[in-house]
Amino acid sequence: MKTSTQPKPKIAVWKFASCDGCQLSLLDCEDEILALAGSVEIAYFPEASRAFVKGPYDLSLVEGSITTPHDAERIHKVRRSSRVLITIGACATAGGIQALRNFSDVNDYIPMVYASPEYITTLKKSTPINEHVYVDYELRGCPISKHQLLEVLNAYLNGRKPNIVPRSVCMECKAGGNPCLMVAEGIPCLGPVTQAGCGAICPSYHRGCFGCFGPKETPNTASLSDWFSRLGLSKPAILQQFRGYNGYAEPFRKESEILEYESE
Amino acid sequence: MCSEKGKGEAMFTIDVSAFDDLLSAIKAKGYALLGPTIRDRVVVYDQISGSKDLPIGWSDRQEGGTYRLNKRKDQAFFGYSVGPQTWKKFLYPDHLKLWEAHSDGSRIEIEPATPESRRYALIGIRPCELAALAIHDRIFLEGPYLDPHYQALRADTFLLAVNCTEPGGTCFCHSMGSGPAVKQGFDLALTEIVENDDHYFLVNPGSDRGAEILQEVVYHEATAEETARAEKALSDAEYRMGRYMDIDNIRELLYRNLEHPYWEEIAKRCLNCANCTLVCPTCFCSTVEDSTDLSGASASRTRMWDSCFTSQFSYIHGGSVRQSAMARYRQWITHKLASWQDQFGTSGCVGCGRCITWCPVGIDITEAVWALRESEGETRREKTQLTGV
Ligand code: SF4
Ligand code: SF4
Ligand code: SF4
Repeated sequence: MKTSTQPKPKIAVWKFASCDGCQLSLLDCEDEILALAGSVEIAYFPEASRAFVKGPYDLSLVEGSITTPHDAERIHKVRRSSRVLITIGACATAGGIQALRNFSDVNDYIPMVYASPEYITTLKKSTPINEHVYVDYELRGCPISKHQLLEVLNAYLNGRKPNIVPRSVCMECKAGGNPCLMVAEGIPCLGPVTQAGCGAICPSYHRGCFGCFGPKETPNTASLSDWFSRLGLSKPAILQQFRGYNGYAEPFRKESEILEYESE
Repeated sequence: MCSEKGKGEAMFTIDVSAFDDLLSAIKAKGYALLGPTIRDRVVVYDQISGSKDLPIGWSDRQEGGTYRLNKRKDQAFFGYSVGPQTWKKFLYPDHLKLWEAHSDGSRIEIEPATPESRRYALIGIRPCELAALAIHDRIFLEGPYLDPHYQALRADTFLLAVNCTEPGGTCFCHSMGSGPAVKQGFDLALTEIVENDDHYFLVNPGSDRGAEILQEVVYHEATAEETARAEKALSDAEYRMGRYMDIDNIRELLYRNLEHPYWEEIAKRCLNCANCTLVCPTCFCSTVEDSTDLSGASASRTRMWDSCFTSQFSYIHGGSVRQSAMARYRQWITHKLASWQDQFGTSGCVGCGRCITWCPVGIDITEAVWALRESEGETRREKTQLTGV
């Protein structure tokens, strides 16, 4: 147990290319934030406060992917000033929805989106943080689960392993008493290849899993694709399933690339 | 507990209108009624208040990876087979706190969780499920290590069993010797007859308290015709199951095929999603999760269902023993059908078919056994050539 004389660990929260949703999960910890504030010093968190304490930091939470040359530099500075670096969310761990650009040429999009494309400096790809610097722990989700965020902070503070396991969303469905949507209704669902953590929200609301928490351990995407076609999905439709928020995560990316190749 | 009475004992008949009286009599003895009901387009087990909550007039169509409810022409109370849930959700719950520990900075105090007693009446428990219950009783209540939580939840369970006259498309209890008629371990066993304008239940009391409950409702001694109808419905059911498994020397079959190309074939399809184990009425593997509060002053240990299809399950110092889907599937089926016998003296599979129906890609335990047999030159036999145990 820690005593009050020990200095509180300094935490920083950094943003790269992202929607801020994961940082909001931290702000959403209303009930727990007081206890948390007693245990840590939030030293840098522009989303929440303008006060800011200089680094180095004991723990950095990093949201967002790397999409610009400037950010590709900045992430190294963040790494240098952090003892422990944890990425939060699908953008930081897999490149996010913006990584869909990785499957085509970003220069084709720029003029469609920006009135003055000449002001835009961007990288060809949106890449996860671990392609740039060493990451100590990755928290999945789009957005992350508040429960898992607290768990990882709790584990950090208590010097234990976080209770976050890379098992399937199916296991959360079964624990919650959801009947399998694929079996009972033929609804395509990424649950069997997706990591648990969300509490199987979508299947609980009668929607197949979108794969927000990314690939589970040893995901068999090929077998699931086969079953999707037996359920009547076309190859392009199956491809869409895998190209979501975690479309650039390796197992999903490879599956969609195979499907793309096969549909051509 | 239940005495061993079964087929051949005196049989009684109650009209369908007496069914709710039976439930009321059970409830009046202080039992919470749990039974089948429809939710989210499937039959689940939940609290029920009477026959109105049962899936009356429904049946199911089950195949590998497919389950659909459909309307029956009659108003049968139990005209469907088992759904995705099992009674273990009540008797062996998924999240169970085992203990809490508190520290005041110098001393740590551990408080074990007090086992909670429940008096459940399992309404409509099927023969395969009774067999699964007997397996859990043996695992948790016999030998030197008792599970106090299971013991408390199971201490006083009323078992109103229902024989299967409408087996499902993936059922194979007849091959496993567990159904379609109950053999033992129940308080009352019903066989439902719905034909033309007749709708009644044959009732077989399997224990003294079952017989007492029967006294509370209007019944008559079954006529020869009624008994004959029930017996015919049950013997027909034996050959109306969608699956069959030849269990002759099955233990040796599995053991001598630990290396077999078929396992790689399965591994190509298996998602290692763990559904098969979570829906299985006999699977009981769990893990424990230790957690702390933010300050580290309190800690707790929670037991949760786990599965041999996860890599953590076989994680020991240095890594996971079964890293591949191939190894995990082989472990699962070999345990179910072979090493379970060495460990507990019974098969680990009772033939309920859930793992086939609820496998998202329809992997079929009975097909696996046929595949091994065929690879050894055996020919697949017809249903009628296989007899139940
Ligand atoms: S056999 Fe089916 S249900 Fe079991 S882990 Fe494999 S894919 Fe999942
Ligand atoms: S292994 Fe499959 S068929 Fe056998 S008892 Fe378990 S779920 Fe039922
Ligand atoms: S396996 Fe047998 S006992 Fe179980 S539901 Fe099917 S027919 Fe009934």
